[in-house]
Amino acid sequence: MRFELTDEQVDLRDAVRGLLEDRCPPDAVRAAWDGDGRVRAAWDALVEMGVLGALVPESAGGLGMTDEDVVPLLVECGRVALPDPVAASGYASAVALGALLDDLTGGGLAADWSGRIASGAVLLPVVDAGAPLAGATTADGFLWCVADEVVLATPEDVDLQPQRSVDGARQPATVVRRSGEVVATGDLARRVGSAAAERLAVGAAAELVGLGERMLEMTVAYVGERQQFGVPVGSFQAVKHQLADAAIAVAFAMPLVWLAAHSLAHSDPDAGRHVAAAKLRASTAARHAAAVSLQCHGAIGYTVEYDLHLFMKRAWALSYEHGDPDACRSRLRAELGLAGNSR
Amino acid sequence: MDLRWSDTELAFREECRTWLNANVPSPPLASGDTRSGFAAHLEWERALHDARWAVVSWPEAYGGRDASLWEWLIFEEEYYRAGAPQRVTQNGIFLLAPSIFEFGTVEQQDHYLPRMSSATDLWCQGWSEPNAGSDLAAVTSRAVRDDADGGWRLTGQKTWTTRGAFCTHLFGLFRTDAEAVRHRGLTYFLVPLDAEGVTVRGFGRLDGDEGFAEVFCDDVFVPDNPFGAPADAAAAAMARGGILGEVHQGWSVAMATATSERGLTLRSPGRFQATAARLLDLARERDGEGRLGEALADRVVDAWVDAEAYALYTLGDVTGIVEGRSPGARSSFNKIFWSELDVRLHEAALDLLGSDAELDGPWMKGYEFALSGPIYAGTNEIQRNIVAERVLGLPRK
Repeated sequence: MRFELTDEQVDLRDAVRGLLEDRCPPDAVRAAWDGDGRVRAAWDALVEMGVLGALVPESAGGLGMTDEDVVPLLVECGRVALPDPVAASGYASAVALGALLDDLTGGGLAADWSGRIASGAVLLPVVDAGAPLAGATTADGFLWCVADEVVLATPEDVDLQPQRSVDGARQPATVVRRSGEVVATGDLARRVGSAAAERLAVGAAAELVGLGERMLEMTVAYVGERQQFGVPVGSFQAVKHQLADAAIAVAFAMPLVWLAAHSLAHSDPDAGRHVAAAKLRASTAARHAAAVSLQCHGAIGYTVEYDLHLFMKRAWALSYEHGDPDACRSRLRAELGLAGNSR
Repeated sequence: MDLRWSDTELAFREECRTWLNANVPSPPLASGDTRSGFAAHLEWERALHDARWAVVSWPEAYGGRDASLWEWLIFEEEYYRAGAPQRVTQNGIFLLAPSIFEFGTVEQQDHYLPRMSSATDLWCQGWSEPNAGSDLAAVTSRAVRDDADGGWRLTGQKTWTTRGAFCTHLFGLFRTDAEAVRHRGLTYFLVPLDAEGVTVRGFGRLDGDEGFAEVFCDDVFVPDNPFGAPADAAAAAMARGGILGEVHQGWSVAMATATSERGLTLRSPGRFQATAARLLDLARERDGEGRLGEALADRVVDAWVDAEAYALYTLGDVTGIVEGRSPGARSSFNKIFWSELDVRLHEAALDLLGSDAELDGPWMKGYEFALSGPIYAGTNEIQRNIVAERVLGLPRK
């Protein structure tokens, strides 16, 4: 029994943290709002480090790592509010394609796409055809997992209707698919779709935990400096206790995210409930941290000139994406055998 | 991450489960916080000791099994899953013993620990006073040097002492240096409650059981620790009490105890997982009768998730401890989380029971007990200060 990252995982995480702090400072996220929603300096460095191909099998040009190796890196992406689709492409699509590699029909195309993901091409999974898809306008392809069918679609195969998000770096669009190449149907398609959906949920959960940690660090630093009534506002118990509660919420969400990653990596039969629990608590904890951070900052937090909003708005968006709290609870009710339908 | 148990640990779990299944009393014992219930619980404690389950993580010489911290977690999980009785010896075993292991002399360890594990000596905690609760450093009970008799004379009042009316010994903080301020000048004393000058008065807690006591000390004599004395003379002296750690250093001895109280030793995750499992059973029963609405179902789901989160968090804690990293002030995270989780678990159960909630039963009893969690072992307000100042690094003033 050992519930902790390995030394290698810690080293990799620390390397990614250093890289992202350098390549994705808040100004870069701000620039992504005005640009195409990408921070290429960070993305290119992650590609070079092998992070995007971490889950791609070695035979397809990747590093052949597991969920447990990559999820801590997604926490780091959340900490800097990196808008780029590391979780969607390098995690969810990479793993989902893995289920296709040995298939006679889709294997060739899956191997091709796996290699391209490792080299930095963006393949976005679509598991909910109606939902706005972040980063759709800069995607190189779509892994369409809808209605027991898996279709690989190029940007030419789809119509995009860009939407405005509260988080200007996300730049989502609704996607209507007109054509594409069917690579799986039936059971195999369901397996691919489920692999993608579970990773999208856990990826968002990991980013949410990172966002929660970062917002609290910003707030602790701010209330330690900000003086009112002749003392730092962080010396008031009313401020301390709010921050303590939010820190506890984030700290107890993290192990649920790790368990979900572990269960997915080991195909644990309880993985579904672990994923739902992780996404539920990561969402509620990050929203809690966002609310407390705003309140403890006071008016300066309520501006777009100060950086907090970049993180807070990402947390809002991700808390609803790939399993909002209500959907997670609904799934857990079913997992735990509670209908809960009396009135 | 490796979430597998070893073959040895699996065998240990099996051994725990088999013994508990065969020995856990049914129907459950009356509350251990009543005079008659306490006696029944003492029999249970002695049965645990005879089968060497009382203190699994202690050395064999003191009645334990030299079990690892992981095995201790397994034991706790099985213990609560089996619905075994509350541990009326817990304040000695979980709060005093860690300090004896850390600060006690070998003679003190050899004398006190076997008597504790066999439930021969029953310890209660003498920290709180009428005017020193959360502000523990404000204790005014004092110990005055008696050079003529070679010891100390204790005077003062302790209160809210759990099971004080049924215990045989008290460990507590007394002021030995009247000039020193606050936490300086306190000493950690071990006091037999049958010593001359001690008066104990039990009184009812929230649930009406006589689980609290006031302990009055009026010129109670406690001898010096007998270094180098012949064994029988040393034992005779220790039977009359003593000092744990150095004179005037009681605060640091007490704080070592506080860390274990707030952390996972007193409240292992098995306890809350077992409560969550019972809550889930109750919810399924209501659901089967078509009487479970979505809002209440969701509260059950949330409480269940939090019990899982606590269990996982403690796996991380234990990993850290086993590898030599102390949780330190982060133990306050645990105390806030489990105590408020326990309240939520019981509140959800009472809401499921509806109009039956007020009736005498395990959930209302458990609820009343759960409500003490955010108060004892340092109120959660104090814990939040500790988290804010010592974990997050916010300014004290």
